Amino acid sequence: MSERASWRILVGRVARNRAAVAGAAFVLLFLLVAVLAPWLAPYAPGAQALDSGLSGPSRAHWLGQDRLGRDLLSRLVYGARISVAVGLGTVSLSLLIGLLVGAASGFFGGKVDNVLMRLADVLLAFPGILLAIAITSVLGPSLRNVLIALCALGWVGYARLIRGQILKVKEMEFVQSATAVGSPPARLLLVHILPNAISPVIVEATFGIARAIVAEAGLSFLGLGVNPPTPSWGAMISEGRHFLFVAPHLTTVPGLAIMATVMAFNFLGDGLRDAMDVREEIR
Amino acid sequence: MRGYLLARLRHMVPVVLGVVTVVFLLIHLIPGDPVEIMLGESALAAQKEELRRELHLDRPVVIQYGEFLLGLAKGDLGTSFRSREPVLREILRRVPATFLLSAASILVALLVAVPLGVLSALKQHSLLDHLSGFLAMLGLSMPNFWLGPLLILIFSLELGLFPVSGYGTAGHLVLPAVTMGTGMAAILMRMLRSSLLEEIRQDYVRAACARGLSRRAAVVRHALANSLIPVLTVMGLQFGALLSGSIITETIFSWPGIGRLTIQAIEARDYPLVQGCILFIAICTVIVNLLTDLLYSRLDPRIRYE
Repeated sequence: MSERASWRILVGRVARNRAAVAGAAFVLLFLLVAVLAPWLAPYAPGAQALDSGLSGPSRAHWLGQDRLGRDLLSRLVYGARISVAVGLGTVSLSLLIGLLVGAASGFFGGKVDNVLMRLADVLLAFPGILLAIAITSVLGPSLRNVLIALCALGWVGYARLIRGQILKVKEMEFVQSATAVGSPPARLLLVHILPNAISPVIVEATFGIARAIVAEAGLSFLGLGVNPPTPSWGAMISEGRHFLFVAPHLTTVPGLAIMATVMAFNFLGDGLRDAMDVREEIR
Repeated sequence: MRGYLLARLRHMVPVVLGVVTVVFLLIHLIPGDPVEIMLGESALAAQKEELRRELHLDRPVVIQYGEFLLGLAKGDLGTSFRSREPVLREILRRVPATFLLSAASILVALLVAVPLGVLSALKQHSLLDHLSGFLAMLGLSMPNFWLGPLLILIFSLELGLFPVSGYGTAGHLVLPAVTMGTGMAAILMRMLRSSLLEEIRQDYVRAACARGLSRRAAVVRHALANSLIPVLTVMGLQFGALLSGSIITETIFSWPGIGRLTIQAIEARDYPLVQGCILFIAICTVIVNLLTDLLYSRLDPRIRYE
């Protein structure tokens, strides 16, 4: 079956999963909002109106205003940019590192594999966002440092996944045949092994974006994420919780945005996983 | 079993050493002079020198690392830069609060996950199954730094049922435990459902039904025990995530545990205390993972001989 045909089948399977379609649609909307933020936001995210601080939703400010009178909708729209930057940035960098480490580990095996996987074990001993908290606490809060902190652990999952896939694919007959006819190692890896090991990595990357968005928001909530006044959904929740009683919308609205985005990526990831599992069974 | 334990312990040694090394290197990642960052630019040169000596930062890195390891071997995690108390003593003082909160969160997670997981599996593809699935997805997607303030808004500020924050009574424990337990409940519920669905299709369940047991009784009496094994494993592996999640939850509810201490130490730039807290949580995670592995091998005899 040609590559294009199998992709068409995959898309067809995802399209039949209503939750995955809804997730994909929301993900697309989220990406569009982030890209088109300067045109969509009714105000500049930092524009203050101190005399109307903590106001609720109105015709001029659909989602209300924060403590400094900044428009919540505009900050929410611009905040999507941070989430997209961190989500895609973390996953791309982690994937690149994970791919290199996982491929080296799975392909060469032996001592290389042993050393790299022990390093992975060490990093996995730091649960959740603990390592990210530790790193940002010493490097200081900034978007760049958040990316470094999240990638420091983010690559491990991909490396282990790719290593496992490579070990599996390496034993398959078509790879053995390629080895027998003298295919060089780099060609073996890039042409024969990796393309056949990539499906679960795509699924994992979808969940990875959701995890990175939550982690960034969590770090920003703790004051270890992006620097204020850059709008970040986590920092908005953190600021809003001090005014829970008088202005609950400051907390609920950005929280809903995070939850909806994460849920969309999770539904899409679940749909992709189901579709790809079936594909593997057919093979 | 003894061989398995020894193998796992052998595997644990380099991991622990690696964790210690990463934590040691943290202070060296600080851009600029850590002493100046801790004391501020206005500090006197003599004060800076004294702190540099106290933290052994005036010596070569290799010597510092050796002293760090030696200190750890003696149970010495250094001295808190702000309180002047031993770091270990500060941490141990906060351990009961964090462990109490973790235990309560696990209880919340089990109370939600077990009935919902069992019912979902028994009534697969029913409305209840779909609803539980959606609730689980909601639980997985809801970050605790949002759920916490939301619970405070509804149950403390609007309904006045529980205190907003603090520590001491059972009432204080409810909202933080629900905040921390929700994500775990979602994971366990999904795990239990899929594990139970697998067990239900096994021959021994069919045999129990053939002996006259109702399907529900066969599932509850026979299949449930087996399907709980992977759930227990996931629960153990999630314990570390729970501890790291406590950093956010304890901050929201001013819960006086290790998580709150970590953030207080970060805010005060008390790096020895930050190192101590991070190390403590990581080592606890490694130990709980080991115990989970051992428990799993105990519960599932097939593992023992691998």
